[in-house]
Amino acid sequence: MDSALIPKGVKRCSFFQFMGGLGVVSLVLLWGVYAMLLCWIKGLNQTNMNDYYGFALWIWADLGVIALGGGAFFTGLMKYVFGKDELKHIINFAVLIGFICYSSALLILAIDVGQPLRSWYIFWHANVHSMLTEVAFCLSCYFAVLTIEYIPLILENRQIDKVPFWHNLSHNMHTYMAVFAATGAFLSFFHQGSLGGVAGVMFGRPFAFREHLFIWPWTFFLFTWSAASYGPCFTIWLVRITEKITGKKLVRETAIQLLAKLAGWMMFTYIIAKIIDTIYWATVTVPGMGFTLADFYTNNAFYGYWILFAELVLCGVVPALMLVTPKIRQNPIGLFIAVTLGVIGVSLNRWVMVLQALAIPVMSFDQWVLYIPSWQEVATTILPVAYGVILVMISYRYLPVFPNEAELNPLAPETPPVVEAQTEEDGETQDAPEPEMAPAEA
Amino acid sequence: MFPFNFEWVWDMSHIVFMGGLWYALGILGAGMTFIVLKTIKDTAEGKGGDHH
Repeated sequence: MDSALIPKGVKRCSFFQFMGGLGVVSLVLLWGVYAMLLCWIKGLNQTNMNDYYGFALWIWADLGVIALGGGAFFTGLMKYVFGKDELKHIINFAVLIGFICYSSALLILAIDVGQPLRSWYIFWHANVHSMLTEVAFCLSCYFAVLTIEYIPLILENRQIDKVPFWHNLSHNMHTYMAVFAATGAFLSFFHQGSLGGVAGVMFGRPFAFREHLFIWPWTFFLFTWSAASYGPCFTIWLVRITEKITGKKLVRETAIQLLAKLAGWMMFTYIIAKIIDTIYWATVTVPGMGFTLADFYTNNAFYGYWILFAELVLCGVVPALMLVTPKIRQNPIGLFIAVTLGVIGVSLNRWVMVLQALAIPVMSFDQWVLYIPSWQEVATTILPVAYGVILVMISYRYLPVFPNEAELNPLAPETPPVVEAQTEEDGETQDAPEPEMAPAEA
Repeated sequence: MFPFNFEWVWDMSHIVFMGGLWYALGILGAGMTFIVLKTIKDTAEGKGGDHH
């Protein structure tokens, strides 16, 4: 039914099968939309946020998807600015994931602010002393960059590309993409950093507070560094999952290996900096504020030393060492375990910086306060996941998200092999394209 | 956001923050305007027609 829209040289499931899959995910999406409407119509009393937890599940999800979406800016920076041309085989998918992550972050914020119709206040009445203002500016601008990077992919749809204007627009956007990619990297550096800075400047929260370099706490640099390290892991992780679901090889292994290697070295250097930061914080900053490390990891039902070990060692040192070791990185299972640990690691880091920081008692009369999100918060956090799956499904079906798919998965020739062999012998098919050439055209 | 807003002050914070915003928006806006104009010119000159 929709075969005219599907890229040439690739195979897709039937339209009805596709619509069935879309329908299942849409049910989850509708559940999230219902919870979102409850939050907008009835207010934030639908959540379990309170005076202790002004930041809760949504802000963790926000920081999480922004870090995981960092694969887009890092891959773009490497390809367009540092000339790592091999990454052209994965850049489309990285941009798609980045677009989904950042639009999800904006959607979550639109729910979290409670009054989305007043979102524009942050621009019009900007508080120029707030790191969150910088985050809002950079986030919005970077989302515009991702949209600009995603548009050429839409224009490359088989039917749209036939229109000369759209074809030329797509071509020109590709030609000048380096300008936008560099701007995106600049914006990403600042908003990733400022999200870390928000935690690091909280003087009243010794768990999150860090020493400063000029006006920037160490968390400013650590957040940017970790997004550049773990974001590409998320991109690779999703490529592998998509390959598993479709049963196809979608990206050249050389591109995956290069991105994994870059991410591995970024992660290796990041985790060294993070360990130094943690040791300094535990031995100098925390005692200087009248606390001990044990105050943050004992006397409560959930947060123990295990979470520190999981974040730094199990999901930090281990995947970093795995990715910088060629033998493990080149092993499909080793690579998948490493990127999975990386994705968990950065999510854990954002969790402790948002939620553990608020759970810890600060005043002498305070107690540990644990938080369990309401179903509305859970549903609205799953909503962007469903939205992301839908966008990946539609993009994969109709757009050349994976430019090497046809080449890596050549279609069987439609003419029976026996007949083809006969005609070749007869010398009648000299002008006909070779079967393996057809996908390359696509 | 603009110097004509009642709360605007000509201080370093406003210049850095809002300057950064307008700088980024300026690059994106100018870049896209140039690309669209070039596309109109290219299309008028018949480029991309051989794609059919």
